[in-house]
Amino acid sequence: MADDLITMDDLTNEQIDALLKDAEKLLPAANGEVYLPLLEGKLLGNMFFEPSTRTRMSFETAMKRLGGNVVNLGALASSSVTKGETLFDTMKMVDGYCDVAVLRHPRQGAAQYAADACKIPILNGGDGAGHHPTQTLLDLFTIKQAHGKLNLNVVMVGDLRYGRTVHSLSHALSRFGANLTFIAPPGLSMPEEIIEDLKANGSNIKVSEDLVSNLPTADVVYMTRIQKERFPDEDEYLKVAGIYKLSRKDLKDVKESMIIMHPLPRVDEIHPNVDSTPHAAYFDQAFNGVVARMALLCYLFGVDIPKEVSQ
Amino acid sequence: MTEMRRVTAICNGSVIDHIPAGAALKVLRMLRISGKSSNPVSLVMNVPSGKYGAKDIIKVEDRELTQEELDRLSIIAPHASVAIIRNYTVAKKRSVEAHNELVNVAKCTFSNCITHGNREPQSHRLTVISVDPLQLRCHYCCRAQDMDAIIDNLL
Repeated sequence: MADDLITMDDLTNEQIDALLKDAEKLLPAANGEVYLPLLEGKLLGNMFFEPSTRTRMSFETAMKRLGGNVVNLGALASSSVTKGETLFDTMKMVDGYCDVAVLRHPRQGAAQYAADACKIPILNGGDGAGHHPTQTLLDLFTIKQAHGKLNLNVVMVGDLRYGRTVHSLSHALSRFGANLTFIAPPGLSMPEEIIEDLKANGSNIKVSEDLVSNLPTADVVYMTRIQKERFPDEDEYLKVAGIYKLSRKDLKDVKESMIIMHPLPRVDEIHPNVDSTPHAAYFDQAFNGVVARMALLCYLFGVDIPKEVSQ
Repeated sequence: MTEMRRVTAICNGSVIDHIPAGAALKVLRMLRISGKSSNPVSLVMNVPSGKYGAKDIIKVEDRELTQEELDRLSIIAPHASVAIIRNYTVAKKRSVEAHNELVNVAKCTFSNCITHGNREPQSHRLTVISVDPLQLRCHYCCRAQDMDAIIDNLL
């Protein structure tokens, strides 16, 4: 792997496989059964220029479960960013403070830009509508946990235009031979250039606007939120908000093993009555953010994970 | 050589030939040649060309364009060539060379790219995906470039 993780292209399929195996081994340390201070003395910079709950907290948890420590950019209002500091200058500073940094930024390409400015490894925690590779790692881990393989029928639903999680995940899944179905309202469909890339990888792609008819053949249904913050005005948002909603009554004809995923936060895409069904995988998925990021951090620092992590 | 007679021969300087018809003004802009510089500049547009049907030609007196300057033209004039003139004779000939990357030639056409951020100091970098036809991708945001819009983003 390159020192930085900007897109999933920075990882080979073999490296992804190895990371998923490492994540499995680290589960007892991720849920606190075992303390595994493999990264003692290491410091991670959490640089979030956009709101985040899961990515920021799971990186922090991952680092601390491994005995490392974390410094946060904190609220933008209290940082020099409001004084007009460039991303370049901010990242140069972090480069001196930390051993690794996670960056989330509203502008696309910010992670690569920061990586070019810094000597320490930069992990892309989401750049505009671009990429979110560590989310993809945890998504792949969740799918593999449930099905034992990745060459499955995966249906992606919602905001596929601006949703960076689905961009990264579709690229990764296409490399493992998955069949992808994209379901989006008009105006929020998967960008044509991504579809072209996926087809060039040999992927089987189906595009539709109807969710229910595509449920029975799905192994994974990946729901996403229509992101209000990506719309220039509220009227445009309201036209498509709430267009795809999944509730228990829609699950009558689905495969027994089908899992429903969501990068969270959800608004009303998945009704709470789905939470108690065996198909709901989104909370496990959120937990897997810790273990997948632990595996990635160990890999970055070249730390060997014991063959068996147990008490 | 009939088209060369449309303007007088120059003693010293550069003759940029094989510019696509109508693109000469953009070429001047890319080379940062404006009316404010003191060098005499001659420009002919839409002259007949055996190879391309029609072309533009620019003559810049007392300035020798470098290979680096010429390579900036690959976005709008990939087949352009330059003759460096010294004492009314051609001293050197250069043509646009294809590079893997265009650095600080144009800004990414995607408005939400980090390079559109305020005062960000790093170079604008566009990766060449294909030379003919020219296709570019931003090094930072990975977006394919809108080749019609990129003319407005020249640096």
